[in-house]
Amino acid sequence: MPKAIRSSLMAGKPKLYYFNGRGRMESVRWLLAAAGIEFVEEFLETREQYEKLLQDGALLFQQVPMVEIDGMKMVQTRAILGYIAAKHNLYGKNLKERALIDMYVEGTRDLMDLIRVHHKFSPEEQEKNLALINERATARYFPVYEKVLKDHGTEFLVGNQLTWADVQLIEAILMVEEKVSTILSKFPLLQDFKTRICNIPTIKKFLQPGSQRKPPPDESYVVTANRVFNRK
Amino acid sequence: MPGKPKLHYANGRGKMESIRWLLAAAGVEFEEQFIETKEDLEKLRSDGLLLFQQVPMVEIDGMKMVQTRAILSYLAAKYNLYGKDLKERALIDMYVEGTTDLMGIIMYLPFQPPEAKEKNLALITDKATTRYFPVYEKVLKDHGQDYLVGNHFTWADVHLLEAILMAEECKSDILSKFPLLQAFKGRISNIPTIKKFLQPGSQRKPPPDEKYIAQVKQTFNV
Repeated sequence: MPKAIRSSLMAGKPKLYYFNGRGRMESVRWLLAAAGIEFVEEFLETREQYEKLLQDGALLFQQVPMVEIDGMKMVQTRAILGYIAAKHNLYGKNLKERALIDMYVEGTRDLMDLIRVHHKFSPEEQEKNLALINERATARYFPVYEKVLKDHGTEFLVGNQLTWADVQLIEAILMVEEKVSTILSKFPLLQDFKTRICNIPTIKKFLQPGSQRKPPPDESYVVTANRVFNRK
Repeated sequence: MPGKPKLHYANGRGKMESIRWLLAAAGVEFEEQFIETKEDLEKLRSDGLLLFQQVPMVEIDGMKMVQTRAILSYLAAKYNLYGKDLKERALIDMYVEGTTDLMGIIMYLPFQPPEAKEKNLALITDKATTRYFPVYEKVLKDHGQDYLVGNHFTWADVHLLEAILMAEECKSDILSKFPLLQAFKGRISNIPTIKKFLQPGSQRKPPPDEKYIAQVKQTFNV
């Protein structure tokens, strides 16, 4: 395909700037994928790439994630997610639904943040963190979503249609299960929810090998991030 | 009194302060119930009032809202401080996340060990003057308007003023290299609802003192 045509086809797609790993960008990948939006990625591998982005003024607060979308260079994960959710009808249909979605995604965000930093800890700290993840998931967060599903008996968390809240919850469930495989054992409705949401065509596709979903962080991911950010 | 939002938090700034600012800026009267002891917190939890066992919690419009950002977004949208379209909202969200990050560092300063205080103050000054304030100074410079977004008053302006005043409490001349932010500060402080909030006797909370820090540590196991 001639480069000019390829470029213009690419021009419409959101472009994600981040490491080749999950980190804070993974929720953005999930949401775009769930919405059926194709995206391209530029992976940060060297310090020079990062410094070029800085010099070009592409990073508003000198940080990634950054997503080029609709003529904007968006930064700040929550801002990016909120924009995508609203643009693709995943943010509910009125202010009250948005309030519920916001509360629920903040909860799953807090849970996922415990896991996002897990690989940075020493082995002893990891053991403690694992216990914390287990406790928070089973005592603070999953009971809330189990109850939401129970109380209104619908397939989705908010307003009886797929929203950002469902996408982020499934992401959180799968992340926790990677650490504690039996974590949903006391949550039958969340088990059903997981099955249902994973079978939505766009999400099913994202869960298949070869998609842009990233694996859990490994050594090389840590090394790359430290190198790019000049961390010791 | 029914109808007024009711805020549940400690009697101090913390994460609730941005909510107080936004309500005040919007001219909305609110009530507060202060959590002073572990038992106060336990009661809220055992009564099932805290969705994730945490505060801030705000009773508003029949909801018991938790999660600071969720509450702030709801208030901004409800009181027309969230811009007029999706793109303005995107800008407001980005700017607010920046000031949240800056205020987050300042908020934790009193809870750091005394040895770390000087280092953390230097960090705050560095981040404020090299990462955050230059951004907002440039935004104002590039469009030459009075407000950050859309040529009208939004949540982003309220949050930035709050951050500026907090940063100035750390270092009084922190705006010395930012003339547009100095002018911004003067302008926004003079908006009647905000001017009122900045006067003694308002529900604005003072910076944390020894007594407050001890109480928070006791009550919240921080």
